[in-house]
Amino acid sequence: MDQLSHAQAELREMDALAAGDSPIHRLHPLCKLVLTVAYIVTVVSFSKYDLSGLVVMVLYPVLLFQAAGIPVGLCFYRLRIVLPLVCAVGLANPFLDHTPLLQLGTVTVTGGVLSMVTLMLKGVFSLMASFLLVATTSMDSLCAALRKLHVPGLITTLLLLTYRYIGVMLEEVSVMSQAYALRAPGQKGIHISAWGSFLGQLLLRSMDRAEELYHSMLLRGFRGEFFYASVPPCRWSGVVFTALCLAAMVLARCFDLPQLLGSLFVR
Amino acid sequence: MHMADALLAPAVAATMYAASGIAAGVSVKTLRKDETTAKLPTMAVASALVFAGQMINYTIPGTGSSGHLCGGMLLSALLGPQAGFLSMVVILAIQALFFADGGLLALGANCWNMAFYGCFVGYYLLWRPIQRSGLFGKAKAAGRGKIILASILGCVLTLQLGAFSVVLETSISGITELPFAAFVAVMQPIHLAIGLVEGLITAAVLLFVYEARPELLMDVQSGAEQGKCSLKTTLVVLAVVVALVGGGLSLFASGNPDGLEWSMFGNAEAGYSENMGLDEEAYGVSSSAAETAGAIQEKTAFLPDYAFSGSDSAAGTSVSGLVGSAIVAGAAVLICLAGGFFRRKKAAAKN
Repeated sequence: MDQLSHAQAELREMDALAAGDSPIHRLHPLCKLVLTVAYIVTVVSFSKYDLSGLVVMVLYPVLLFQAAGIPVGLCFYRLRIVLPLVCAVGLANPFLDHTPLLQLGTVTVTGGVLSMVTLMLKGVFSLMASFLLVATTSMDSLCAALRKLHVPGLITTLLLLTYRYIGVMLEEVSVMSQAYALRAPGQKGIHISAWGSFLGQLLLRSMDRAEELYHSMLLRGFRGEFFYASVPPCRWSGVVFTALCLAAMVLARCFDLPQLLGSLFVR
Repeated sequence: MHMADALLAPAVAATMYAASGIAAGVSVKTLRKDETTAKLPTMAVASALVFAGQMINYTIPGTGSSGHLCGGMLLSALLGPQAGFLSMVVILAIQALFFADGGLLALGANCWNMAFYGCFVGYYLLWRPIQRSGLFGKAKAAGRGKIILASILGCVLTLQLGAFSVVLETSISGITELPFAAFVAVMQPIHLAIGLVEGLITAAVLLFVYEARPELLMDVQSGAEQGKCSLKTTLVVLAVVVALVGGGLSLFASGNPDGLEWSMFGNAEAGYSENMGLDEEAYGVSSSAAETAGAIQEKTAFLPDYAFSGSDSAAGTSVSGLVGSAIVAGAAVLICLAGGFFRRKKAAAKN
């Protein structure tokens, strides 16, 4: 099925990107996590009419994408999932909020239009930031960062194992559904007579496999948690970079920088 | 039903993170008591399976649309509520990070809306009481009946609660101009239809497990004598129920896989009040509630006092603001172009 192979391709692509090498890739995962969360919180906290203040936030992901050597265009493919929803919520605003806020010649910009654009930008910006995090950080390092934040080992180990097995399961399910589709041509999905058995068969097999997996893990010395060896050390330069970025975000949130810039040219 | 980062105010997102965090903490603590390490691979494999299983389209007979699996109910029936909740959290985190479904900031809210209700409320309120009850007698057919009943009721209830929470969180965040009551009036019926279909699919999968390996299911008594009701008759009954109930109601959702998307697109296309045949004035009470919530949100917003006074309306719309924004946007484009230029140059030098 299309969706399944898309998901497989996306996972492979992210793995390939995260395996790259750049100053951003080498930055400590905890720094990246803190920066990403701070960035998204800052972006979302802008008021719904504060379009010009928000625009300056585009610089953080754009600059970091370039530093990491990743084309910005890559993440826009992912927007197809999140953007329709955000647009749909935003599209109601121009119909319901008619407060005129600005007159540009004969065109009146209403509050609804402005809040719609702001909302969409917020959606795009936060997606860019989380894409950047995952594209420059491997799952191992991310889990190590979470462990540093005292997230229980149970959750991080589960996250790692699940991430590992999603690839296997996607493969398995896509083989099954391809076989099913070949035997049921012209049919859109799984017929009601196979609703239970299709996933049920796989479920039973996987449960047995999980048991075997556990035994093999025990034989290799598993005692309930993985140990992360490949995390780059936290350097002073990384800490300084994080602090500078955070300061820039606070600055951008407190002062409407594009307006200050614009006022140099207008009037 | 995944919410995006942009739909939440930071204060609401933080509250939901705290709520889901407490639920996860309690789950970890409860699980530690019994041997979790033995359960870990099973949890991981089950959540990977649910992740992949949610991408399968199940054809709903007679409607031409398709439904999906309800992960929360399936996982809590297989693993128990605590392990099920943690598995769902992990699935949602991977969806948010790698597939842009949901968001990093909205993860707490998504965990609450989809995992908490599905695993804890669905399990303790419906799955366990129904499985332990003497409903339908003691034959194996009774076991099937109980699984179907619990799955359908569980999915319907958890989806209703989840949909209501989505509306509540979006409205409190002050993101949308839609009046609260009308927003609810769109979301709930759509998710009723989706819940019914998801419940039926989940029931079908659980029934299969029950037939083959009943010991895998939580709280289900195995070894009951064989009854008259076979899987085939159950599926025929299911088909009839689907055709009658699911089919009629899922017309709402046909062609629109996600109910949240549908209700919002529905609003956007023809204007909200026309679409619903509702009078906007009649919802004055609830919209004022939303306004109050908006005012609270404004007060709790991130560093509100540091913003330029009057920036709410003036700064965003002044001409100099627009000029400045255009300059910034131009700079962003230039940076992208320059980055691409240097990347190409580097690649050329390598060859």
